Amino acid sequence: MESKQKKYLKLSGLEPLVVTPESNFINVGERTNVAGSKKFLRLIKEEKFEEALDVAREQVEGGAQIIDINMDDGLIDGKAAMVKFLNLVIAEPDIARVPLMIDSSKWEIIEAGLQVVQGKCVVNSISLKEGEAEFIHHAKLIKRYGAAVIVMAFDEVGQADNYERRIEIAKRSYDILVNQVGFPPEDIIFDLNIFPVATGMDEHKLNALDFIRATKWVRENLRYCSVSGGVSNVSFSFRGNNPVREAMHSVFLYHAIKAGMNMGIVNPTMLEVYDDIPKDLLEHVEDVMLNRREDATERLLEFAESVVGKAKESKVDNSWREEPLQERITRALVKGIDQYIEVDVEEARQASDKPIEVIEGHLMTGMNVVGDLFGSGKMFLPQVVKSARVMKKAVAYLLPYIEEEKLANPQEGDSEGNGKILMATVKGDVHDIGKNIVSVVLACNNYEIIDLGVMVPPEKIIAEAIAQKVDIIGLSGLITPSLDEMVHLAKEMQRNNFSIPLLIGGATTSKAHTAVKIDPQYKEAVVHVNDASRAVTVVGDLLQKETSAAYKMRIKEDYDDFRDKFLKRSVKKEYKTIAQARENKFKIDWSNAKIKEPHMLGIQVIEGQELDKLVPFIDWTPFFRSWELHGKYPYILTDDVVGKEATNLFADAQTMLKEILVKKQLKAKAVFGLFPANTVNADDIEVRNPDDGNTYVFRTLRQQLQRREGVADYALADFIAPKESGVQDYIGTFCVSTGFGTAEIAAEFEKNLDDYNSIMVKALADRLAEAFAEYLHKEVRTKYWGYAKDENLSNEELIKESYKGIRPAPGYPACPDHLEKLTIWELLQVEERIGVKLTDSLAMWPAASVSGYYFANPEAKYFGLGKIKEDQVADFAQRKGISLEMAKKWLAPNIADD
Amino acid sequence: MSNIKEEIQKRILVLDGAMGTMLQRYKFTEADFRGERFKDWHIDVKGNNDMLALTQPEALAEVHRKYLEAGADIIETNTFSSTTIAMADYEMEDFVYDFNYESAVIAKKVAEEYTLKTPEKPRFVAGSMGPTNKTASMSPDVNDSGYRAITFEELRIAYKQQVEALLDGGVDVLLIETITDTLNCKAALFAIEEVKEERNIDVPIMISGTITDASGRTLTGQTAEAFLISVSHIPLLSVGFNCALGAKDLVPHLEVLSKKSEFGISAHPNAGLPNAFGEYDQNPEQMASQIKEYLDKGLINIIGGCCGTTPAHIKAIADLVKDYKPRPLMVEQV
Repeated sequence: MESKQKKYLKLSGLEPLVVTPESNFINVGERTNVAGSKKFLRLIKEEKFEEALDVAREQVEGGAQIIDINMDDGLIDGKAAMVKFLNLVIAEPDIARVPLMIDSSKWEIIEAGLQVVQGKCVVNSISLKEGEAEFIHHAKLIKRYGAAVIVMAFDEVGQADNYERRIEIAKRSYDILVNQVGFPPEDIIFDLNIFPVATGMDEHKLNALDFIRATKWVRENLRYCSVSGGVSNVSFSFRGNNPVREAMHSVFLYHAIKAGMNMGIVNPTMLEVYDDIPKDLLEHVEDVMLNRREDATERLLEFAESVVGKAKESKVDNSWREEPLQERITRALVKGIDQYIEVDVEEARQASDKPIEVIEGHLMTGMNVVGDLFGSGKMFLPQVVKSARVMKKAVAYLLPYIEEEKLANPQEGDSEGNGKILMATVKGDVHDIGKNIVSVVLACNNYEIIDLGVMVPPEKIIAEAIAQKVDIIGLSGLITPSLDEMVHLAKEMQRNNFSIPLLIGGATTSKAHTAVKIDPQYKEAVVHVNDASRAVTVVGDLLQKETSAAYKMRIKEDYDDFRDKFLKRSVKKEYKTIAQARENKFKIDWSNAKIKEPHMLGIQVIEGQELDKLVPFIDWTPFFRSWELHGKYPYILTDDVVGKEATNLFADAQTMLKEILVKKQLKAKAVFGLFPANTVNADDIEVRNPDDGNTYVFRTLRQQLQRREGVADYALADFIAPKESGVQDYIGTFCVSTGFGTAEIAAEFEKNLDDYNSIMVKALADRLAEAFAEYLHKEVRTKYWGYAKDENLSNEELIKESYKGIRPAPGYPACPDHLEKLTIWELLQVEERIGVKLTDSLAMWPAASVSGYYFANPEAKYFGLGKIKEDQVADFAQRKGISLEMAKKWLAPNIADD
Repeated sequence: MSNIKEEIQKRILVLDGAMGTMLQRYKFTEADFRGERFKDWHIDVKGNNDMLALTQPEALAEVHRKYLEAGADIIETNTFSSTTIAMADYEMEDFVYDFNYESAVIAKKVAEEYTLKTPEKPRFVAGSMGPTNKTASMSPDVNDSGYRAITFEELRIAYKQQVEALLDGGVDVLLIETITDTLNCKAALFAIEEVKEERNIDVPIMISGTITDASGRTLTGQTAEAFLISVSHIPLLSVGFNCALGAKDLVPHLEVLSKKSEFGISAHPNAGLPNAFGEYDQNPEQMASQIKEYLDKGLINIIGGCCGTTPAHIKAIADLVKDYKPRPLMVEQV
């Protein structure tokens, strides 16, 4: 059987790097090398590790796929510097994503480096210089540490400086490694020594050519290994003339790569594109590299005189610095870049009335983005830890200003602080972003925070709480085992007769868990607080003398009550992630779907609809329900219990209805539109208004509750053909109202203290509005859209929704969020056209109005969204371009509480 | 004796399920944990499951039997936390050798009973090596990302002791599991290699990492493939994932391993995701139905269960895998 896995050089940082024959040249970043960069050397000497990290980050952002780290300098403790720098690098996900090259001539530094890096590194380098025994010993250890290795073409005699010596040493090294040590050949990288050309010395003429030929031999004869080298050496004799050096590097690489050199140290800013090298320069350089003429060096030297110019620097993308302040702050938090945060925070501070507003505004906005990205799996833990660090820096910068502000404007009774709060992420858990946010916000509200950090053992929390006489303990945790730690701590607090409140927070915590598992363990107040803004009010209520006792009692009762109710719930619900739900969306075979183009695209207005025509469409059952008479029409009229009352009511209703019809007291108006539409990005429906050419997007929500296998997780978007299907689909939207005049009539009745008729007219108007919606839907199906021309349904069948297609309304089970009404209003210009308005809470005015969508697909059906999870809410907010808070506010009743 | 390297080519091997979940059912008290030997121990030890090898050996044997009865081919020793590092909490560093050794002896004895009963289905013991409670490449202190609470060297020494004791006790395989920090795992591998060399033996090694969250990465930020590359320098019996996620959520990550690795592939997922109380409530049928996807896709050589799984889960899995061929193993190209 043949191995499916090819022997490729495989390296890893946080992400893999697999070098295949198809791979482009692997570029090794060289500037985190004290021997190669004066700046880096200075930074390390001055122990400016933060700035040294920036050097590494620039390399990675500039395209380095591996970064070489070297601390060999007489004035540096190389081992300590290597370990310290590597540890810091590993905490920076945007750097640590690439594999590292641990570069030293001292074995102890290499080994120290190998012991702190989780990924598969490259050791740079070993050689036969000190003999076979040491070579074998080191190679064996490198293998055991799981690294690849660069082998220098160097032996007991010296450095290989011609073709024969290069291949001799390479072959000997390879044989020892592969046959004696069992070193994987694909993990061997040869550095075949790149030496300068055009030095004026005859013995250097072949330096480039010999390297290139040896490279070719090694790649052809020593299976699976790679060839690397430091390219800038080759142009050493042209220091100061960058255009020539750049051309030399490109030419050298062009030929070396063709010969099989597949990785190397190249400064990307010192590289010309081969094809862009001027013809004459190219010819002179190639003459030298390939030793094509006796006088090549002289000619190039002469020619170089005429080549002057500046090197182009291809720089790290700093264009984000041009963006608006909030964007810059958010980016700094998301990317974990602290370089400019103080400058930006200062700018924000100057633009704000109070320094605290920068924290509550700019920084919290950014941290919310971090939270969303983390929640949706787009950021991972180390990045979030970095974000927290930037946040801390920003807050630290602001604190003196906040202090100053407090001195200048002491709030009442503030001088002593509002209280001491101990915060800790429980034992076994390293997540503290939420805790930090809460700490920051509380500190900003003048509470003294004693932050014990992460992974805090319970004994320490108890001991510190006693020693520091804190007023509240706040526990945080993200992983599920932390829940048990919290329970344990509550028990410990009880055992130690604590009397202070306990706050519980963190992604995995819930009110349910707090109420059911933690609260019973501790006789004092236990409060679940999962967002920073709430934490402030809760802590305030807990610590304010006037409110404290009552609040604590209320909390205790609330949790008792919640616990009872929760435990009575028999079924524990489970949810899918929105991504999983989308995977399992309702699938329509669009290639075979018959889609009817509406007869009349665009927007239509109906002014002065005849009310008589609507009467047959009235569904009377809800009318009775609005009067709290329960039962189905017409059976309700003969019902044993409510029959008599129902009959009387119905008679009164008929009387009033007749009067309304005769006197035309109510006005019915409608606006509706039929538009080309397609689903985009799974849950969004993109609508084009042919009248103005604008595009509108409806955001739909998807079911997430875990259902039995084989049942789809619906969203309304599933009923419209996705854009990528290439099928043009259509959607309708509408708003009808029969409410114009209702208020006046009702007011008239109220003036006469006739509440009965006042309610009656409103209830009737409501029914007429629903009837209008039903009527209009039928008109749309059979005429305006015309997909159900031959439909012939009775009123009962209409009520039973036997027709094809649906007309779901925002605020109802299939699409419970009201926000989409805003889009309908914008699209149809509802208010301008028929005068129906939306209130601040997105209710329609007049009340007797109905708005919604039309879906024509025969497979479209009504469904209930049910509870959705936070991930969808965040996704919804992001799609809709609104804040998460806003999305949560609007979707709150549908967000699952567990 | 049969060789697990041969067995793994013949059939899909079933690993046992959760030990902790089963031990919880005994509702051992502080006194039960202490037993006679530790009755005067100066620290509370309730919850230190690993010490039960000395104080409640019969319970361990009983759990092992239940899993073997359910159809497990490989049972894990009860030694997840039996390192000096993880035992520091209980100040029981001095007993780490005994925990490992006794746990291995108990498991081996029971496994042999069953092998004797059905020689055509040999049973194996895997020495469980957990991640310890410290991470070598992550700082526990947000304000000092360069700080480390443990070094490679400390881990290597601790793991080496565990490996020696497990081997002395007779385990057939070493299983480094629930790897959250790849560097910890590399220290364990380093220790194993040392022992192998010193004793001039070969020991099959299983490695099982943990994808911690929706990002699809390990706790220390590696992707599945980066993790695989980082541990592939030692010949492995298998590489896989366990814990943290339910069976379904592991699929994409197992696919990466299956595609990119020439080693056997293992999975021992949790019984679904924990609910609000940190409990796992996926039933055996649900779990098996999700594992069916692994089998249909041919992703797996070793399959078992982690948190929340019980003998019933293992039985459902064992019944299921009977009808499937193992994922073909790649043989090294010569």
